[in-house]
Amino acid sequence: MKKLLLSLTTLFLMSCGGGTETETSSELLSGDVKIDGSSTVYPITEAIAEEFRAVQPNVKVTVGVSGTGGGFKKFSRGETSISNASRPIKDSEATACNENNISYVGLSVAYDGLAVLVNPENTWVDYFTVEELEKIWNPEAQGKIMYWNQIREEWPNEELRLFGPGTASGTYDYFAEAICGKKVGTRGDYTASEDDHVLVQGIAGDKYGLGFFGLAYYEENKDKLKLVGVDNGNGSVSPSMETVSNGTYAPLSRPIFIYANNTAKDRKEVKEFVEFYLNNAGALVEDVGYIPLQPKEYEIEKAKFKSFITK
Amino acid sequence: MTNSTKNRIKDRIFNFIGIFATLIGIIILGFFIGSILYDGLTRIDWDFLNSLPSRKAEKAGILTAWSGSLWIVIFTFLVVVPLGIAAGIYLEEYGDKSKLSSLLEVNISNLAGVPSVIYGLLGLEIFVRLMNLGSSILAGSFTLALLVLPIIIVATREALKAVPPSIRAASYGLGATKWQTVWYQILPAAGGGILTGVILAISRAVGETAPLIVIGALAYVPFTPSSPMDEFTVLPIQIFNWISRPQHEFTINAAAAIIILLIITFIMNGIAVYFRNKWQKKINW
Repeated sequence: MKKLLLSLTTLFLMSCGGGTETETSSELLSGDVKIDGSSTVYPITEAIAEEFRAVQPNVKVTVGVSGTGGGFKKFSRGETSISNASRPIKDSEATACNENNISYVGLSVAYDGLAVLVNPENTWVDYFTVEELEKIWNPEAQGKIMYWNQIREEWPNEELRLFGPGTASGTYDYFAEAICGKKVGTRGDYTASEDDHVLVQGIAGDKYGLGFFGLAYYEENKDKLKLVGVDNGNGSVSPSMETVSNGTYAPLSRPIFIYANNTAKDRKEVKEFVEFYLNNAGALVEDVGYIPLQPKEYEIEKAKFKSFITK
Repeated sequence: MTNSTKNRIKDRIFNFIGIFATLIGIIILGFFIGSILYDGLTRIDWDFLNSLPSRKAEKAGILTAWSGSLWIVIFTFLVVVPLGIAAGIYLEEYGDKSKLSSLLEVNISNLAGVPSVIYGLLGLEIFVRLMNLGSSILAGSFTLALLVLPIIIVATREALKAVPPSIRAASYGLGATKWQTVWYQILPAAGGGILTGVILAISRAVGETAPLIVIGALAYVPFTPSSPMDEFTVLPIQIFNWISRPQHEFTINAAAAIIILLIITFIMNGIAVYFRNKWQKKINW
């Protein structure tokens, strides 16, 4: 009897779930979904918004690029429903949300890998250990670690020339924290550019160059650069779809997020957009050069969102 | 060597330096335009002008970007031209040489040197939040109007100054009031110079990105504006967005969008130059 009851309840719950799902996807919604935040996450959200239009042509989805911090500022004032973020929300930003009675949920939507690169003519580098990267990039190294053979003795006695994103970018923050530790920063005597194309040209044109930037830029410039694996103590791992996604390429891979606020609870178009996001991100993030989460991780994010809106 | 041959040599040298200085700008400009045309010209077609942004470079278009730019430019023009010319007339013709007006003068010149991002922050607080306009075309136009206002004021004043004093004297001599003098004599005579200022101002406004991003102009907007209260994006934001993508195809899109932006600027300048020439022909004292 108990068993029967249980299966009946399950059946009931299942039909319920199925029912709401068909209902939401067939119903034509209107209204708007305002999104702002990180330019790193932007290409993914743009791709999702583009596809969402095919399903819900009357919902006006708009996406801005104020940066993660700028996006959270608007988010905490209730000016946007969803915020793109290339890092988790900071305490100060969370406090601002609380003060304005805005509750929210953070959802990972993809991984972004940082690639360490050298010139293709560089024959001596096989991999870097995390300690070696730290030795090269930490602020103390400025003006001191200037030659390749200072990193490893058998490497040539040639000048080391460094390239990386500027300090204003989230990519820089991430690299600095992962390699040199929290709030330490890096050395300043490297060629910095906010335009990753410039970094690609720099390393591609300098036999003794070394630099880092987002994996997507390497994918587009494979013929001009040599990717270097990173050894975090468990052997050298090269960044790839697989190693970033399963977490073995550490510490230079990070999840990127969207944050949805409580309007998702009472506005169907916001709720449906977030659900559409999590259902389709797996297929779309690769299109724009990022790395999807594992399918079961998307399920976890979906469950997180579900419990947020029913709370 | 006599003094005169020395001077002649100096003259030749300066001539050479002058040609070099002139050519350097033109050659660099020519190189830029050439490489942009080479990269982007074949990408421009009807679909490109008429499509929404997309993650697929070959499907992406600039419909919302160019229409947003057009709306912004028109509203900026409507706001800034009357304001700027009126302020210029006041300062040049009516304002007395008190401490207050010299303070105003210094501040207007200083305003022209304020970085554009600061105007964005000002616009965000005043227009977007205080006046509750949201991130709308109106808020964007007001912000850009503030940004280019000093250009028009300064140009108006210079143009008014260049009108010969004899014209004023003659007009007063015939019993005209100050306003009649300004409206019927001085303004038409200064029209050409003022329009040059307007051209500079509008060209600056159409290429601005930073202040608009600060007030919340968007990058992805899947609809064209239908009223001045709508949210918007503009061409420079779309171009910047595409340039920062890793895929090479987006760089081509950016080049194509730059060509369109140049064409819009040229057309607007062309219109202004046309009116300026027409205007100047009418004036014969």
